[in-house]
Amino acid sequence: MRNSGDSVFPELERLLPRVSKPVQYVGGELNAVNKPWDSVQARWALMYPDAYEIGLPNQGVQILYEILNERDDALAERTYAVWPDLEAEMREHNVPQFTVDAHRAVGDFDVFGLSFSTELGYTNMLTAIDLAGIPLHAADRTEDHPIVVSGGHAAFNPEPISMFVDAAVVGDGEEAALEITDAVIKWKAEGRPGGRQGLLELLAEIDGVYVPSFYDVTYLDNGQIERVVANNDHAPWRVGKRTVMDLDEWPYPKAPLVPLAETVHERASVEIFRGCTRGCRFCQAGMITRPVRERSIDTVGSIIANALDKTGFDEVGLLSLSSADHSEIAPMTKQLADRYEDTKTSLSLPSTRVDAFNIDLANELTRNGRRSGLTFAPEGGSERIRRVINKTVSADDLIRTVTAAYGAGWRQVKLYFMCGLPTETDEDVLEIADLAREVIRAGRIESGRRDIRCTVSIGGFVPKPHTPFQWAAQLGWQETDDRLHKLKDAIRGDKEVGRAIGFRYHDGRPGIVEGLLSRGDRRVGKIIEEVWRDGGRFDGWSEYFSFERWMESAERALADDPVDVDWYTTREREESEVLPWDHLDSGLNKEWLWEDWLDALDETEVDDCRWEPCFDCGVCDQMGTQIQVGPTGRDLLPLAVVNAGSPSGAAAASMGCGSRLS
Amino acid sequence: MSGRNPGREFIPPVAKIRLQYAKRGRLRFSSHRDFQRAFERALRRAEVPMAYSAGFRPHPKISYANAAPTGAASEAEYIEIGVMADLDPAELRAKLDDAMPPGLDIVDAVKATDKDLVARLEGSVWQIALPGVKLDVLDEAVAKFLAASEILVSRRTKSGMREFDARAAVLNLETSFGMPSNPDCAIITVVVANGTPSVRPDDVLEALKQVADLVLPEPPQVTRLAQGPLASDKRSVGDPLAPDRAGAISQTH
Repeated sequence: MRNSGDSVFPELERLLPRVSKPVQYVGGELNAVNKPWDSVQARWALMYPDAYEIGLPNQGVQILYEILNERDDALAERTYAVWPDLEAEMREHNVPQFTVDAHRAVGDFDVFGLSFSTELGYTNMLTAIDLAGIPLHAADRTEDHPIVVSGGHAAFNPEPISMFVDAAVVGDGEEAALEITDAVIKWKAEGRPGGRQGLLELLAEIDGVYVPSFYDVTYLDNGQIERVVANNDHAPWRVGKRTVMDLDEWPYPKAPLVPLAETVHERASVEIFRGCTRGCRFCQAGMITRPVRERSIDTVGSIIANALDKTGFDEVGLLSLSSADHSEIAPMTKQLADRYEDTKTSLSLPSTRVDAFNIDLANELTRNGRRSGLTFAPEGGSERIRRVINKTVSADDLIRTVTAAYGAGWRQVKLYFMCGLPTETDEDVLEIADLAREVIRAGRIESGRRDIRCTVSIGGFVPKPHTPFQWAAQLGWQETDDRLHKLKDAIRGDKEVGRAIGFRYHDGRPGIVEGLLSRGDRRVGKIIEEVWRDGGRFDGWSEYFSFERWMESAERALADDPVDVDWYTTREREESEVLPWDHLDSGLNKEWLWEDWLDALDETEVDDCRWEPCFDCGVCDQMGTQIQVGPTGRDLLPLAVVNAGSPSGAAAASMGCGSRLS
Repeated sequence: MSGRNPGREFIPPVAKIRLQYAKRGRLRFSSHRDFQRAFERALRRAEVPMAYSAGFRPHPKISYANAAPTGAASEAEYIEIGVMADLDPAELRAKLDDAMPPGLDIVDAVKATDKDLVARLEGSVWQIALPGVKLDVLDEAVAKFLAASEILVSRRTKSGMREFDARAAVLNLETSFGMPSNPDCAIITVVVANGTPSVRPDDVLEALKQVADLVLPEPPQVTRLAQGPLASDKRSVGDPLAPDRAGAISQTH
């Protein structure tokens, strides 16, 4: 008989020779933490519900993993989605969902926390819950089962998975995870008063924690929600998101995990700020993570130095929603480029906007390296649609910027767009072809070369909760595909530049499922379960995703409801409609969002409150937060010792790059 | 043209160091590529002054030889690195081992004194543990295997499916029963000549299946125990780093 916390590795090990890429299941990452089971009072299993190669680099999981493991009274281990080949073996040989750290059974932990950055991980969650031996429905669990908690951006509308999770953390997870830990320890120490319900009541009292079972939802005859009412005294009528202020106080991850198996991002990532107030209307991340909170230049510098020292990574990513907007990005990139000039460490700046300033930054970061590819995201094909989405850049500016990139030696420029934006017509999208043509023409003249390339990448737009487009009708998948084919023909048919333009697109069908899950209510949970029971797994992977399965399952699951997939996706909502996530508060004022939606339809832009006066989106007032931006005027702190290429090993090995000069 | 590195010129390394490493426990499931990435990071963490190749994307000078297959453990993998300083091999070994994940262990380091390490890796000694297999069943199969002069097996290689002889490369094959970690398993200890394509433990098992229908109730556990020059009786292999050690001693004295 296996005891709680025992390793299941001996049983798992026998299955590994039979599955593909077994290394992803063995753990053994540098900087992983293994704690004795009995040394702590609260135990977390953290999951990113996708394959290891996607999940391991996830910053959210790595941050929580460290914060929890820093406590003496808690431990955290990680688990990822197992591929169907291993799932079949595990079912046949009774091996439960396991963590990769100490290979413990997930069902043995107190809390099973899942981080969702996309809704397409929902079916993988059900596989993990089921393999862990936990009842699929929260209502069927006892106090012997872990509390299943979801977090991440998708938790801003957890209603579609409300049947399966016990709680959801809305907003930044750092402080909430610690408070959940405190609650679990208190509850266990007091002899588990009130059983599972008692623990959920403690959790419901924590700011930012939503317990779905404490809310009743009623519906109108037309399928719309009538009201959502709390049914438990411990549950607030509305759950506000958590916001971590002062990122310099939370310099995580301090020791990034270095995997043995190959993963999608093998680099030291540092979040240079959180939040974004550019106000792009399609962007859920920008809306739900307000206000902007910058990490100061010296903290960024010491996080990077420390991470490189602890990992041996040769690439650093400066992450945020719009990295060039950091108030000290220019000194930061220059000083980092100076510091790492001779070390074969490369620096990257993902998520940049289309302007000349960004070319300067990109040039600075690639002083010595190859200038292979640069990516911009104009998102909308025409100036008109860019006003609708509030991502304003004129066609002339765009062409000038991209041309400057070619002139600076960049050979390939990628342009990201969306199709199916509100009010969009074929003409808006076909302008992308004109834009790409102008870019290549001007680039050839500027660089004097014929071999420059431009890749147009375009996917379908999915309206998201807590954005001004939460009321919008999503474009049907047939219309999306049709529009994309017209664009493809326009690009391919261009004799002059067609061969210099790459065209990559995602067909519209997965977007409809994403839209269903994004703006769904509790009834959508029935579809997720139906799909999963029918074998649905890894919906973010085209080789596993089945649109037909989703549509057929939806028809069966919603047979008794007055709603269907179109109702959830391609239907425009009214102002008066109760939205499934209205009782979850991102801080954004619903009236402000509605006005911003009307402004969008009117093609009226809104400014950024970092540089313009507050436009009353509501977040700071509602959440008691404020914008935290520099410039601080400070510089990178000097490294303790500079010893590039010292032949004497002992001195170099003991040197900590992150330590400060006094 | 602007913005492009005109290319670094190649500076030959000051010294070459040969390392022996082991792949143990659950890390036996790491592939050779996984090891490469982990090792290159360890070189950076340990701040080893590496020699680099020329070109736009300089690579550290590392030569790999005969990597054990994914899933097989090993006590005897060998690599050679070019460095830009006269390093103490023992100190380097300790630092690198520290920087590697536990289970990928750097066990030995010597300064190279001649050109060709790979030529010295003539053969491998493999231990193949077969949980749930009885010794008499295995012995019977082995007898048939040894009696054959050629056993053709096929395996997918980089160049597609290939058929080759799994018998001739087997120089010695002994059996035993029980080991500390598993008292209930038959064990093959086999000496195989390295070649192209290399005959690997799974090829030997495939051959045993062909000649004697040897069935494995559990996945085998494979460990490379040693790699090196073949002894004169071809029943064992010697230390491939011995000539470097001897050379280093004669240089110091």
